[in-house]
Amino acid sequence: MTEKLLTVKNRAGIHARPAALIAQTANKFAAEITIEKDDFTVNAKSIMGVITMAAGYNTTLNLKAEGSDEEAAIQAISELFDNKFEED
Amino acid sequence: MDMADKSFTVLDLLNLDLKGHNSLNLKCISGRSGLSRKINIPDVNRPGLALSGFYDAFAPQRVQLFGRGEDAYLLKIVAEKNLENIRKFFTYAIPCCVFTHSLLPPDEFTALAEDSECPVLMTDLESTEFSSRLLRAFSNIFALRKSMHGVFVEVYGLGILILGHSGVGKSETALELIERGHRLVADDVVEIRCVNGNTLLGQGPNKMISHHMEIRGLGIINIQQLYGVGAIREQKQVQLVVKLEEWDSQKVYDRLGTDEITMDLLGVKIPLLEIPVKPGRNIPIILETAAMNERLKSMGYFSAQEFNQNVLKWIESNEAQANYYSDDDIY
Repeated sequence: MTEKLLTVKNRAGIHARPAALIAQTANKFAAEITIEKDDFTVNAKSIMGVITMAAGYNTTLNLKAEGSDEEAAIQAISELFDNKFEED
Repeated sequence: MDMADKSFTVLDLLNLDLKGHNSLNLKCISGRSGLSRKINIPDVNRPGLALSGFYDAFAPQRVQLFGRGEDAYLLKIVAEKNLENIRKFFTYAIPCCVFTHSLLPPDEFTALAEDSECPVLMTDLESTEFSSRLLRAFSNIFALRKSMHGVFVEVYGLGILILGHSGVGKSETALELIERGHRLVADDVVEIRCVNGNTLLGQGPNKMISHHMEIRGLGIINIQQLYGVGAIREQKQVQLVVKLEEWDSQKVYDRLGTDEITMDLLGVKIPLLEIPVKPGRNIPIILETAAMNERLKSMGYFSAQEFNQNVLKWIESNEAQANYYSDDDIY
């Protein structure tokens, strides 16, 4: 299993559009991908799940992936966070 | 993941938005600065003995409940200028004091509470009623919790939790069920908690964005607006778990249904069905039938076993007949 701590860097936080980006990216991989916020875990492949976290600006999230392409998945999703989901 | 250890403060208790016969009607009358105190023990204590000076086996970590008796005693010792026991009372790490019957504590008591930053709350309820409501609220708050990826629907009154990988068709199945008059409880993230050690309750994690669904190709839809308030439910007991999975030709699926498989959720055993999905299989109808079948079982009628009993009886009677006729042949 691979995991990585991520910080939400866009001002608006993870609203519908970033959540859709995350879910679409996660769906490209076979690995089981989850995101944890505090003690709340959601499936990264589901838009509603990711939105439900209500992760605001500067929230720290723990991204976990398990499967054959887990490292590539973590890489691709953390790039989205680094690029502020192409916002701001 | 268990969330039972999530800290619960006195402020959270004040902010509990409970309705009607569950409402606690609390307000803070003193010791506001201590509202961040944590409630770790979900129980109440009547501090009568402590106030009279007997502190053996005193349970300071519980919510301290002051009814008519305690309040009258407070008035008496304050009139006698005997504040020693009250001072001692506040040296303990008490989460908060609650006065019932809208009783106001004497000013000396409030001042000491203020000094030790211990919140004092008041309610207009009677002591017994308040403690039973509080304990009921506590059993919900301190229940074991777990959030699961799935869709939770009510079908013919039965709470069905649909699990399965992303993209297997959970949401589409639920949508068809809603269309057929059943109800959505939560889509995607279902928060499950165990109450009384034997009942599982499921609901969406957030009231503000619950009852929305994401359907591939359509986007996010609001079920309450589309299908009306009759198509949704806030919470429901989890009574059946259905696992949807891609049809695997190598795997052996249950063809008889005579054995009951269960799934362990927070220590409670829930009947489990594994249903293979492939194009052309009408999953919503299968779930409707499963719900009715499960209800029959709970009424004592077990289709698969009953069927097998009948088969056995039939075989027996055939054998008896065969024996009879073969016996006949002898004569």
